[in-house]
Order: sequence, then structure tokens, then C-alpha cells
Amino acid sequence: MLDRIPSGTRDVLPDEMHELRAMTDRIRDVFERAGYGEVYTPALEYESTLASGWTGLTTPAYRVFDEQGNVLVLRTDMTIPIARLVSNRYQHADPPLRFCYFAHAYRGVRPQRGQSRELLQAGVELIGSPTPDGTAEALTVMCAALDAAGLENYRVGVGDASLYPGLLAMMGVGEEARERILQALVKGDFVGVERELETTGVSGDDAELLLRVPTIRGGPEVLAELSGALDEAATGMRAIHALLEPRVAERLIFDLGLVRSLGYYTGAVFQVYDPAHGVPIGSGGRYDELLGQFGRPLPAVGFALNVERLHIALTGEERGRAPRGRR
Amino acid sequence: MNDLHIAVPRGALLADTLDLLDRLGIETREVRENDRKLLFEGAGIITMRPSDVPTYVEAGAADRGITGKDVLLEHSEREVYELVDLGFGECTMVLATVAGEDRAAEALRRLGVMRIATKYPRIAARHFLQTGRQAEIVEVKGSVELAPLTGLVEGIVDLTATGTTLRENGLVVREEIVRCTARLIANPVAHKLKAEAIDRLLERLGAV
Repeated sequence: MLDRIPSGTRDVLPDEMHELRAMTDRIRDVFERAGYGEVYTPALEYESTLASGWTGLTTPAYRVFDEQGNVLVLRTDMTIPIARLVSNRYQHADPPLRFCYFAHAYRGVRPQRGQSRELLQAGVELIGSPTPDGTAEALTVMCAALDAAGLENYRVGVGDASLYPGLLAMMGVGEEARERILQALVKGDFVGVERELETTGVSGDDAELLLRVPTIRGGPEVLAELSGALDEAATGMRAIHALLEPRVAERLIFDLGLVRSLGYYTGAVFQVYDPAHGVPIGSGGRYDELLGQFGRPLPAVGFALNVERLHIALTGEERGRAPRGRR
Repeated sequence: MNDLHIAVPRGALLADTLDLLDRLGIETREVRENDRKLLFEGAGIITMRPSDVPTYVEAGAADRGITGKDVLLEHSEREVYELVDLGFGECTMVLATVAGEDRAAEALRRLGVMRIATKYPRIAARHFLQTGRQAEIVEVKGSVELAPLTGLVEGIVDLTATGTTLRENGLVVREEIVRCTARLIANPVAHKLKAEAIDRLLERLGAV
């Protein structure tokens, strides 16, 4: 009789652990040299403490009661616990504050390859450094970490969480319809976006623009070709691009359709792609409003790499480089 | 070898899909001549059951694919981009029961729940939830039309194009749930990393 483990979790044996450890050690080295001190927070937090930050897909999946009947939740990411930590423990510290972490988060995802319910994240939070400087620093550290991990062909999608909602609001789309359109866009349902626009009564040039924007993605040249309201909306992305070293800048894909499902993002959002893996291996963005909910209003930016997916992409790239390898 | 891999559904959508690929300049002769082979490296075509298309595309084993909206609705948890409504393969998801008095409605009224056979348990369950009725969903793999004729269930939820099969089995459509057509889907990462190739395809489709 063999005992099972919960769906979406798994054991890690020495061969794999050895590779994971080597990878995270190299990444930690990058984070620490860039001035990011490693922190660890409890895996369990009070639901009431953290509920304010949680929205959408990051609703906690695991809840337990403690001996006094309080509801505790397993954290779904490290960004919100670190926002809490900053207001608790760094009330008077001068910003900017730099933290990194290597910690598990817990989500009620559908288990499959690279999609664990207990996922190890390697990430940083840069608190008190507004855009564009803070955003450019986060992107630079992220690329250095990916380079150190050994990944060669990765690209970083950069969008702006406020761009599409801003366009919808400017065109007078009501809040409810805006939510439905954004939901279709987050899912990548372009047919659904078109239907929703029709139902909402957006037509002509406005509809054409709203359908075209999510397909605009590519190098810095896409930012140069914009006009009108769109040109203005891309100002932030251009400012970030101007601050980056070439080795970081050349990794970027500017993506006007990049909308993240995490509710707390306010400005630039990123996503890491690698041709060796069919799903993003990391993500991040600006969350300038979140810290304020915990009592220390500071602009902030961060990212998290999914260590398991990074490992899958690395082995995929290695296989691709092997002689006679397929894809 | 072709840079992009497309997942192509075998079955009812195959003929229209291959015609479309021909118009897009993708070589389909080998696929037409060979209905046992599955992988056509030269043309970049992978053939499979329609319901497997989102699985391959989500994982990135195919960059893009063509499948019915019915499949996408049933597997709505698959993270794929739905790029274009291709318009062909039109059919309707319906609730059908044996002709004459509506036995499903009677069961619901007198027994509080109706038993419904389907190959689309999630679409069916969602439909009855949204319309405020209790239904026991019985998942079957083969001919759904058989289920109400034998008394296994009172009604079925199934896809119909012309309604011929339903009529031949003495069933009538009671409700239309959703109209479905073929869709072009893409892997989200491929949509970013192979943007040019995918946009070129969309342009040729006249959809951009």
C-alpha cells in the first residue's frame, strides 16, 4: 500500500534537487550583488490581514483554522506578504528598500507540467523606487538572473496594465462592460473581445483601435509607430526603454496587449518567455497602490521567476543545442 | 521543416480546414493522401482528434491549431489564445428529447431533476446551472442519441449541424444552447515569440 501526496504537489529527489539548488544559488548571487537582501515570511498568514491585496486568480486556495478559530491562508505569492512586512518592520526606513526571496507559494491551479500547486518562486521586490528608474532596475536584475541561470533564448514581454483599461475608459465604455472586455483579453479570447465590443456598442474607429491594440507587439520600433492616444499611453514604456542597457533592451518585446490577471498591478507589467517552454516562466510588474493598503504608501515593482518552469526551459534549451536534437 | 506547427482536427472539420490551409499556401496534399499518418513535418501539420487540439497548443507542442468552439467551451481551462472565428463548421449545441411530450421537463417538474446524456458534461452543467435547473449529467462516449431511446436519460445535450441524426432517431430540439464554429487558436508564448509568422497568417486570413 503506497501513500499518495496531494494533487499538484510532488517530491524532489537528489538529482533534480542538485540542479535546482545550483540554479537558485546562481540567481541568489545576482540578487545579493544587486543589493537585494533575502527575506522569508510565514507560509501561513491571517486571511484578514492579506485579503485586501488579493484579487482575481490569486484568491487563496488553502485555508486552515488555528486553535483560536482564526482563518489562516497559505500565501499565493510573496508580493503581498512583503508589502505587509514593509509596513510592519520598516515603518521608518528610508526607501528604496530591496528584498529578494526564494519561497514557495500555493495556488489552486490545474496540475500539469510546470504548474504545481506548491510552486517555488525566486523573485525581488524594489520598494520606494518609482518608474521609470525602478522599473528599469527590476528588468535589469531579472535579465541578469536569467542569464546567471543559464537561459539563452529568453525574451521579456513588457506591457502596461493601465493602457487598455485607460483606452476603454476614454472611449466611454462603462465599468461593467470594461470588466468583461478585460476578462476576455486576459484569457486571450480575441473573438470574445470583438463580440463584447459589438454588444457594448463600440464601433467604427474606436472598435478598430481596441481590436488592433492587443495585437501590437514587437521590438522598440512598435513604440515609434504609434499615434494619438496610443502614442501618449506608451510614454511610460518608452521612458523605461531609454534607461536600459542594450543587453537588456534587446530582450524586450513591447506588448500593448499584455494584461495581467493580478489585480494589484498599476503600470508596467512583464512576462518572461522562452521558446523551449510553452508557458511563461516568470512575471512581474509595478504595484504602486498596494503598499498604501498596508499603511506605508510607496511605489513598488517586483518580479517572480517560477523555478520549476525555469528548469524545464533550461533542459529544453540544452536538448535543443545537443547534436541531432529535435526542436 | 516548417517553423510553425499547426494542429489540425481530423473528423468533420478536416475537409474545410485543409481547404483553408490550401488557400493560405500550406501544402496539404500529403495529408489528403494519407489518413493514417499523424505528423507531417514538411508541411508543419499535426493531425489529431479535435478535442486534443487545445491540449497540444496549450503545451506548445503545436504553435497554433484549429478546432471547434464546442471543444474550447468544454475545455475552457486550457490557456490558449482564440484568434479568429473561421466561420466554417457551423453547428449548434442543443438540448433534445424524444418527440412528443417533453419528458425532461416532466422529470424536472415531478422528480426535481432531469437526467441528461452528453459528451460535453461541462457545457451541459453550465447551461443548466445558468438556467436554474437541476440536472444529473451522464457522460457517454459513443452515440448520445441512444441514451434517451433506451430510458437511460430523459434528454441529451449534443452538437448538431443539420439535425438529421436527431430526426432519424425520433428526437426534437427543445433548446439551442450555443452556436459553434471553427476557431484559430494559438499558444500564448508562440503568439509573442513568433509574432511575425502568426501575424502574417492572420493577414492572409484577411482578419487583421
